Amino acid sequence: MSDKMIERAAKATPPSVVRRIKGLSDRAIAWIFVAPTIFLLLAVNIFPLIWTINLSFTNFRANRPNREVEYIGLRNYERILSDSDIWLSMQATAHFLFWTIFFQVLIGFTLAWLINKKFKGNDLWTTIIVLPMMLSPAVVGNFWTFLYQPQIGLFNYAVSFFTGIEPSSFEMIGSVNLAPWSIVIVDTWMWTPFVMLICLAGLRSIPDYIYEAAEIDRATKLRQFFTLTLPMVLPFLMLAILFRGIENFKMFDLVVQLTGGGPGSITEVTSINLKREAFEKWRTGYASAYAIILFVTVFGLASIYVKALNKVKER
Amino acid sequence: MNSFSITEPSRRQKRVAGTLVIFYAIITIMPLIWILLTGFKSPVDSISYPPKILFEPTLEGYVNLFTTRTRVSPETLAALPPPEGLAETIVRSRDMVIAGPSRYGERFLNSVIIGFGSTFLSIILGTLAAYAFSRFKVPLKDDLLFFILSTRMMPPIAVAIPIFLMFRQLGLSDTHLGMILLYTAVNISLAVWLLKGFIDEIPLEYEEAALIDGYTRFQAFYKVVLPQAATGIASTAIFCLIFAWNEYAFAVLLTSGNAQTAPPFIPTIIGVGGQDWPAVAAGASIFLLPVMIFTIVLRKHLLRGITFGAVRK
Repeated sequence: MSDKMIERAAKATPPSVVRRIKGLSDRAIAWIFVAPTIFLLLAVNIFPLIWTINLSFTNFRANRPNREVEYIGLRNYERILSDSDIWLSMQATAHFLFWTIFFQVLIGFTLAWLINKKFKGNDLWTTIIVLPMMLSPAVVGNFWTFLYQPQIGLFNYAVSFFTGIEPSSFEMIGSVNLAPWSIVIVDTWMWTPFVMLICLAGLRSIPDYIYEAAEIDRATKLRQFFTLTLPMVLPFLMLAILFRGIENFKMFDLVVQLTGGGPGSITEVTSINLKREAFEKWRTGYASAYAIILFVTVFGLASIYVKALNKVKER
Repeated sequence: MNSFSITEPSRRQKRVAGTLVIFYAIITIMPLIWILLTGFKSPVDSISYPPKILFEPTLEGYVNLFTTRTRVSPETLAALPPPEGLAETIVRSRDMVIAGPSRYGERFLNSVIIGFGSTFLSIILGTLAAYAFSRFKVPLKDDLLFFILSTRMMPPIAVAIPIFLMFRQLGLSDTHLGMILLYTAVNISLAVWLLKGFIDEIPLEYEEAALIDGYTRFQAFYKVVLPQAATGIASTAIFCLIFAWNEYAFAVLLTSGNAQTAPPFIPTIIGVGGQDWPAVAAGASIFLLPVMIFTIVLRKHLLRGITFGAVRK
């Protein structure tokens, strides 16, 4: 009873009056509340970014802090863009990105579609499928090297069980041909659930009456799938692809633990390459320029993609 | 929905869908079960061919995980007093004695301190910022929100170079405080976005009523908004905790001795002639199991949180 009175009184009071009632002004409170977050992000994200930009024009080496630092203009950038190793690691990244997203979308969407049939116990099985993405990629990736061992590894054993190939006849991590696929397999295993969950949210957002209407219009199930289900899930699917794309472009922990970039440098994705330059060869200036190029690439591609996504959403 | 609805899948469809999903789930869980099993295998069983599903369980992996051992000659071994406890018996059976504790305990504790510390801080700062963004007219609000989100696009290695230099200068390298601040900064973008969504859903009228009752803004926030947002705050906290718990790139680059967490440590557990897989699996099990149990128990909130965060944006 009294609650209702208060609510009514609250509704009747204009906000400006409420604001003047007591304590600090809203503007002051807003700033007090937002300031620590902004300050932390400035200190730990933006300031380092500016520092990186500054370093990228120098020949600074972090392992020799006392050496005089020279500004060498754009020479780091020129060197990176003409370095064939970096193009190779870009290719390794592109292979990794393309195939992980391809498999994750294919399997993730199929699973979401099946789960949406609402069979008994679907939420428990969904949770079990989700487990891998909750775990530490470095720890799990390290253990996968055990599963991938020829002869004794569970993965090789399972492959030989189903296909009859000798389990010791192939090495997932050691061979130049298979190593790029070994990281694709583990990443797909880990992150398919993410795509699945977002697709599931998309599928569940489609109201039943649309299908009922299609049913009355005698649209076939196949037609319903392509003209209703797919277009309505597409924005969700594209969002999932955006997140996976950004994450896999930055991918470090899983690959470093699985293959370490090897054999040779066949799986040396850009972040591993960057780590070598920055923390093994200690070419800090050069690595900073490299980092900026990567950041601009992700940011640029993501912005273009978001524009496309918004167009799809508007339809 | 009634069973006559034309959009409800038929019983046969459900059965086929269920079978396929369960089949995938069983394949996908195998590596995790394998980790748990390997932790209880003896070194010989762990590398046998074909891979053993049935074996005699032993705690050797766990003993090796928590101790360092030295090999001694049979004479010295015979001269020792009889072994005290299970751990010593296992180690003695391999012609070795326990030399001391391993560093796994410390590393695990570091993970706990840094994980909970950064989660606590992200939630406090994130809730305040989210409340302000949700309720007040903050100048350049959209730009600030986008700025907060965009900080997540940077590759960790790219940020690690200047952070490494900055931490060295400030004396924060390899300290708990440094790692807590760093993880908080990484987590806060997600926290603000998720929490803003939750606070947006709390009706404004409650606070206004409280203000008319004579509460200050702070009291209204503290006594009215916070209790209502509790579920949202809890699920956001779990996401922050899982991120900090699993993080590897910053940990491996910025910590070495004092503040190293478990993820960079576990892959370095080695035995005689390469990795001691039962010990690695034991370490991984202890580290991964809490997250697995968390996920299964709290599945309703967690699964909603993942898509909630994504679909909102």
